[in-house]
Amino acid sequence: MSEILITGARLYGTGDPVDVLVADGHIAEIAAVGATAAPKSARLLRAQGRVLLPGFVDLHTHLREPGREDTETIETGSAAAALGGYTAVFAMANTDPVADNAVVVEHVWRRGREVGLVDVHPVGAVTVGLAGERLAELGTMAKSAAGVRMFSDDGHCVSDPLLMRRALEYSTALDVVVAQHAEEPRLTVGAQAHEGERASRLGYAGWPSSAEETIVARDCLLARHAGARLHVCHVSTSGTVDVLSWAKELGTDVSAEVTPHHLLLTDERLATYDPVNKVNPPLRAERDVLALRRALADGVLDCVATDHAPHAPQDKDSEWAAARPGMLGLQTALSIVVETMLRPGLLDWRGVARVMSERPAEIAGLPDQGRPLAQGEPANLVLVDPDAEWTVRGGELASIAANTPYEGMRLPAVVSATLLRGRLTSLEGKIV
Amino acid sequence: MRHLLGTEGLDVDIATAVLDTADELKRTLLGREVRKLPTLRGRTVVSLFYENSTRTRVSFEIAGKWMSADVVNVSASSSSVGKGESLRDTALTLAAAGADCVVVRHPASGAAHRLAGWLEDNGTSVVNAGDGTHEHPTQALLDAATLRERLGGLAGRRVAIVGDVLHSRVARSNVHLLTTLGAEVVLIAPPTLLPVGVGAWPVTVSHDLDAELPAVDAVMMLRVQAERMHGGFFPSAREYSIAYGLSEARQRLLSEHAVVLHPGPMLRGMEIASSVADAASAAITEQVRNGVHVRMAVLYHLLAGDNTAGAADAATATRTHGGEA
Repeated sequence: MSEILITGARLYGTGDPVDVLVADGHIAEIAAVGATAAPKSARLLRAQGRVLLPGFVDLHTHLREPGREDTETIETGSAAAALGGYTAVFAMANTDPVADNAVVVEHVWRRGREVGLVDVHPVGAVTVGLAGERLAELGTMAKSAAGVRMFSDDGHCVSDPLLMRRALEYSTALDVVVAQHAEEPRLTVGAQAHEGERASRLGYAGWPSSAEETIVARDCLLARHAGARLHVCHVSTSGTVDVLSWAKELGTDVSAEVTPHHLLLTDERLATYDPVNKVNPPLRAERDVLALRRALADGVLDCVATDHAPHAPQDKDSEWAAARPGMLGLQTALSIVVETMLRPGLLDWRGVARVMSERPAEIAGLPDQGRPLAQGEPANLVLVDPDAEWTVRGGELASIAANTPYEGMRLPAVVSATLLRGRLTSLEGKIV
Repeated sequence: MRHLLGTEGLDVDIATAVLDTADELKRTLLGREVRKLPTLRGRTVVSLFYENSTRTRVSFEIAGKWMSADVVNVSASSSSVGKGESLRDTALTLAAAGADCVVVRHPASGAAHRLAGWLEDNGTSVVNAGDGTHEHPTQALLDAATLRERLGGLAGRRVAIVGDVLHSRVARSNVHLLTTLGAEVVLIAPPTLLPVGVGAWPVTVSHDLDAELPAVDAVMMLRVQAERMHGGFFPSAREYSIAYGLSEARQRLLSEHAVVLHPGPMLRGMEIASSVADAASAAITEQVRNGVHVRMAVLYHLLAGDNTAGAADAATATRTHGGEA
């Protein structure tokens, strides 16, 4: 494999300018600028002023293949991931057919390898058909070639407490994590938006914060009881932060993610009536957004996950109630994290690496991702220009779909390059 | 005025102009054998109803016809909507077919706003005839017209809105319009039928109908919308009726001049006693009658009136054309 010399990059921990030699898929050397004994054949990547971090890991991506290849494929989703600085993504199970068996998860895993732009890890469904009635074959999926590390019925909550208990208990034998879409379905019948004054005034049935918080509290107690690892998907309320803080103090093995859009956008967006802003869980109030940012800074929330959810135009360009929830996220995640966390001083670049690379890799048990930048470590890397800005154009993103709420917005920070096991996957906004 | 999508944010001058025009139209047509004005001749109004409705659809149809507009009724069950056509495509089809105005009723909140957005480049006006649990602006305007008529004005008047506020687009539109026109509004309902965050609305809230009735100038009963309810919002119809129904005994608590309104359809015996609904203090049939004039006024301001024109111009126009009918 050819070598790449990244010269003049700022290491995310220290900010010191260094040269990094990448060879054979690993970091061969880190040295002062000009001090590396790089072979003349090494490809030179000039990185002055740019920050070098471990490649990002997304625990929550919808790649839509199989079933809705009109909105995203593993190939286009992988491209979006590489352009967003990701080196590994977890593809949620709500495909068609559902990824609730070894055949489907192996298909997703193999397609990811064939595309080769990012490690695609299929998430297995917890229950057959996401129906919440009986456990899927978690063991078969975990032991398949895909080596499933995470199970989730995302899009649906495993709301039956006995079934959730069994899933958590069963998972302990497999050393996997159960990721919950926390939404008590009886409290969200017909819900369209965050329950609050805005939704009331606009006549949208409310999705109360307590519908998330009650499930998170219940599941934390169940996980503690079972001695299992619980991961909470897309936390959206300040009350959930309180519950997680309490559960972690008790020693519960629980981790949690927050999406970039829940860090930036509020239910003020309801006034647009535009379903591009419709997500599940919904955009919340400003106090929730501020609480989520603080919780991500102090570690109560472990990581950022995109909940990248491509949708066809006809599924979004409709009345609010008829539209599918979800928005694109892979190519805008870093910029939103910089905007909401780094610029206000809630995180430094070390913190960004923690929440976008290290912790998600740890949660999913990936041995070769989110690793520190050190000699001998796998060269899964992302190079970021922190001073550049860009304007979001949905039609120019790599996804087939274009449903971004940031259309026309000017965002900070640009991914300059992404390396997967020492090989460039994206460079200056283009797939390599 | 390009569209009428809601009463939230509706300019007080525009609202007053519409009400004045409605008054003028009512006077103009009073006692006429042939109630037809040529004002909207050559204009096409399409009513697009995705929900069942009698009074609103008929009221718009009559309003359009009395203004000599060509009125086309489309109901979701008998159109391409039944074949799965999207609201957007239906809207664009109607605009392309020459609709000058689309009157839309839809079960989704915000649907009328979306429609207006899609038709922005077509020059087609949109009237919201009820979107989900959001707004029903012409109902609020006809309620205001009725109250103005009965009470002589709305400034400083106190209006009680009673019942299923949570699911009521009528209540939302009335809260905005009545407060814009200077009235005080008190919402009276069990806590389960009040919207979250209602404390931020420009209203007072009460759970005690008996305590509020003596001090109000009007009481607007709401329909209990069982079809929108997913669970027990109150224990029984009997308990609801005891606590929030407008009985004869409660009617006696009202001052002599107080007006009773109901947007219909009424659940007699539960929401309102039959004798109360049929009493002289009730203005329920007047609401329906005024609905036609208000909708005529809305169509006039959308399709015939200069955006800057006030009621006087509209009245002049109707009077001028009146002799030709």
